[in-house]
Amino acid sequence: MKSNKANRVQTIIAHVVLIFLSFLCLFFFYILIVNATRSHADLQKGFSAIPGTYFLENLKNVANDGSFPMFRGILNSLIVSTCSAALCTYFSSLTAYGLYAYDFKIKKAAFTFIMAILVMPTQVTAMGFLRLITNMGMYDSLLPLIIPSIASPAVFYFMYSYLQSSLPLSLVEAARIDGSGEFRTFNRIVLPIMKPAIAVQAIFSFVGSWNNYFVPALVIQSKDKMTVPILIATLRGADYMNFDMGKIYMMITVAIVPIIIVYLLLSKYIIAGVTLGGVKE
Amino acid sequence: MKKRAFAALMAAVTVAGLLAGCGSSGSDEGSGTTESTEEGKVINIYSWNDEFRTRLEAVYPEVESTSDDGTVTTLKDGTEIHWVINPNQDGVYQQKLDEALMNQADAAADDKIDIFLSETDYVYKYTDAEADVAMPLTDLGIDPDTDLADQYDFTKITASDREGVQRGSTWQCCPGVLVYRRDIAQDVFGTDDPTAVGEKVKDWDTLKATAEELKAKGYYTFASYADTFRVYSNNISEPWVADGETTVKVDPLIMDWVENSKEWLDAGYLDKTVKGQFNDDWNKAMGSSSKVFAFLLPPWGIDFTLNPNWDGDTGAWAVTNPPQEYNWGGSYIHAATGTDNPEHVKDIILAMTAEKDTLLKISQDYLDFTNTVSGMEEAAADDTYASDFLGGQNAYEYYAPVAENIQIAPLSAYDLGCVELFQNSFSDYFQGNVDFDKAKDNFETAIKERYPDITEVQWPE
Amino acid sequence: MKKKRRSVSYAKWGYIFILPFFICFFIFSLIPLIDTIRYSFFEYYRSGIKEIGPNFVGLQNYISLLGSDMLKYAGNTLILWVIGFIPQIVVALLLANWFTDIRLKIRGKQFFKVVIYLPNLIMASAFAMLFFAMFSTNGPINSILMSLGWISEPIDFLGSVIGTRSLVGLMNFLMWFGNTTIMLMAAIMGISQDIFEACELDGCTSIKRFFYITLPLIRPILAYTLITSIIGGLQMFDVPQILTNGQGNPDRTSMTLIMFLNSHLESRNYGMAGALSVYLFIVSGILCFFVYRMTNGTDSEAKAARKRAKAAKGGDRR
Repeated sequence: MKSNKANRVQTIIAHVVLIFLSFLCLFFFYILIVNATRSHADLQKGFSAIPGTYFLENLKNVANDGSFPMFRGILNSLIVSTCSAALCTYFSSLTAYGLYAYDFKIKKAAFTFIMAILVMPTQVTAMGFLRLITNMGMYDSLLPLIIPSIASPAVFYFMYSYLQSSLPLSLVEAARIDGSGEFRTFNRIVLPIMKPAIAVQAIFSFVGSWNNYFVPALVIQSKDKMTVPILIATLRGADYMNFDMGKIYMMITVAIVPIIIVYLLLSKYIIAGVTLGGVKE
Repeated sequence: MKKRAFAALMAAVTVAGLLAGCGSSGSDEGSGTTESTEEGKVINIYSWNDEFRTRLEAVYPEVESTSDDGTVTTLKDGTEIHWVINPNQDGVYQQKLDEALMNQADAAADDKIDIFLSETDYVYKYTDAEADVAMPLTDLGIDPDTDLADQYDFTKITASDREGVQRGSTWQCCPGVLVYRRDIAQDVFGTDDPTAVGEKVKDWDTLKATAEELKAKGYYTFASYADTFRVYSNNISEPWVADGETTVKVDPLIMDWVENSKEWLDAGYLDKTVKGQFNDDWNKAMGSSSKVFAFLLPPWGIDFTLNPNWDGDTGAWAVTNPPQEYNWGGSYIHAATGTDNPEHVKDIILAMTAEKDTLLKISQDYLDFTNTVSGMEEAAADDTYASDFLGGQNAYEYYAPVAENIQIAPLSAYDLGCVELFQNSFSDYFQGNVDFDKAKDNFETAIKERYPDITEVQWPE
Repeated sequence: MKKKRRSVSYAKWGYIFILPFFICFFIFSLIPLIDTIRYSFFEYYRSGIKEIGPNFVGLQNYISLLGSDMLKYAGNTLILWVIGFIPQIVVALLLANWFTDIRLKIRGKQFFKVVIYLPNLIMASAFAMLFFAMFSTNGPINSILMSLGWISEPIDFLGSVIGTRSLVGLMNFLMWFGNTTIMLMAAIMGISQDIFEACELDGCTSIKRFFYITLPLIRPILAYTLITSIIGGLQMFDVPQILTNGQGNPDRTSMTLIMFLNSHLESRNYGMAGALSVYLFIVSGILCFFVYRMTNGTDSEAKAARKRAKAAKGGDRR
């Protein structure tokens, strides 16, 4: 009885906290969207919680502005994020499997090495990176935003812990006895087992890559290759002479809507994936 | 793929052209006799906004059409102008421009920059003779003494390098005036007549007395301390950094600005909640619910900044003389060294900056104060130049005398950073976040970070 | 014996599988890193449109950095990180525990789970912009607070040290607590239900259960969260950069290390940026060492905890 009462109190507290946090999270989206529906003059008058009527007008302004090709930017971001999420999860799983399932001389050293570079900030090598890709002729292209994601120590670490908890080596042995090649074993047997972990890391790295600003800002030069965060940043500094806050809010809205849609569509699967498989230590 | 092949072909053609050029006399191109058949098909123009584009579209007779998104303008002879727009903020525009200019020699003909724009704050960086990225106008076949005779002298000096060789030209001058709210003037002074108000703001001492009057009625004189900065910084006697030196010399006038701004802010003549310019609060200070009496703005400021931010009835503003003459901004057009379209570039520069009729049309359509001395004198006397936004007032009456008295402050290549970082560092001081010495320290740190070659900062005694 | 022989014969596959990772790392991280280190010994920057250097200057860049405010910026970074991280991990633990506690009947659990992750989807730069507009002195937050009568005059959030730092912390918290919650939830769900059942039979309260069972068992994932968060903290850039116009106002109190690095990169000061990068690399190396030690340590502790739990249950079913 007593524990029941305690539980009820806890339930109420939990609800209050959750509602408050959800309010915080949604509040900003709400303001953003409301502001995107108002004209610059309306916005000048101060904040209002009621949507305005300039939604289409603002949208048209965004779509027709050649100096900030937002839709092109979204396409670029989609390409970059999808490719890096795919490469990153696949190769991290591969590396994790390689280090987990096989015994070889440098195994221990390799693992320690990856753990050592885990906390190295990307920015540390940014300068050399820029020079390197310029020399390789990849300056102002999307490739340098995609290929380096093959080596993602953090994702590797996650995959490795996951493998530890959910892949019995006997399964690999069994596959070998059945005559399955090593590569085939990985693709056909190991990958499906890792699906939940891959789903989680895929969305995390997709989002990470979608929101990455530092590297693209260094690498990308031309308008038609810009990704969304650079566009947003340039827009923020956009010409004060051409001030239209309504348009700016609309642009941010347009930039986050695709990712929200993807997330909402996948959220059930993602959250279920996490909670079903999870990392079992 | 096709496009790339085409570009390669064009590059090959250029190389062939260069080789052929080697054989003939080298001065050929300089004299402007290059045949139009050798001209490239694409003119790349680097700018930070669509100001120049809109003007070019409106008045350049060769324009055929512009694409909907505003990135490509086609000329009547089929040449395309490609607009490369990058925002000024955080130095993005200059970074991209520098990158492109440094690669200019290796770029394919159609990727070469043909024209780029610069602002007064950093024009000096690009007109530098040693860097040689902006062609001397004479090399294009423009003689500044005859072709640009009607331009204001200070604009020609601004666009010249150390030796006095002019390397750029502008269509606009930016004489700063004082723009004020008529309703507030009525309320406080009982009149909104520009001459009467002009008397009230004619110099700093009078303005201070006026500020007290405004304050008594609950109004602010200006929005932010940054508003007055240009008036001071435009009248400094020494450049921020002298040629060939690595020391930033802070002019005594700049320190006067610090002192006066602090005094004004503490006295309540300025709106404490507005920090700097071109931010949300500053924009709101231009709205109808604001208590700010006036702004110090050049013509573009009225058209591009004040007008869009004003949400009340038209005709609520008027201009009058500023407490001190000054110039703010100005966009210079440069021909990029290595352009493959010298003829087009020459034609555009002449048409946009030397044709009186064209310039007057720009003045009429965009309220720019344009670079023609005789034209502006006419405009000042011509009622068709009256502005609805200013309640039917002819602002040219006030611009013209200011423009004639502008002494352009000595420039350096470091002006943009100095101006930006100085205001930023002293903002903290005005708001009481740091003391005076700390603000000085912060400026020194910031400026050395921005320009690694700066070794020290000298403060006036 | 047999097993060993077999694994030897498969060893080459191990090399093959980890090869792409290492090739990619060597090309895109190691070469740039060496390049960066090399230039840190040179005077090499751009003045106007002219390039100065590279001239070899030995350790001068390192020395002048030590004389700069670098340590202050390191402190700022640490403070900003802590302000965001502490509430984030506390709230995430709490939420993860609630979501996984079957005895709590939370309505709309799915909805809450979806919503809390949402802020992580907005890019930091856009989020910072939104905050910048909303918390400006005449912005919506101030007008709401004033119309509610909570304050009499607008608060200058971005004009004060504490305001700016709290905003950065709040943003980091909002952006990451959902992500952390999901990670921790996964970890808690991974704990065998048997252990919880055993615990219940023994009559332990939810608080006890949390501290004696859940917490020790999810320590590896906590460590993972800590590591990723430290990386994120060291790399903190977009949020303060945009919120403070790149200058870390007021008085550079919100200037992070990467913002400092960025200002050198912006002026194309390769030498100085290189030296700063090397310092950063050393710092991350030290941090990494500690974290690595910690994870190794926790491994055995977690095993011990599990053993205890299993012993409590009185049997080992696995």
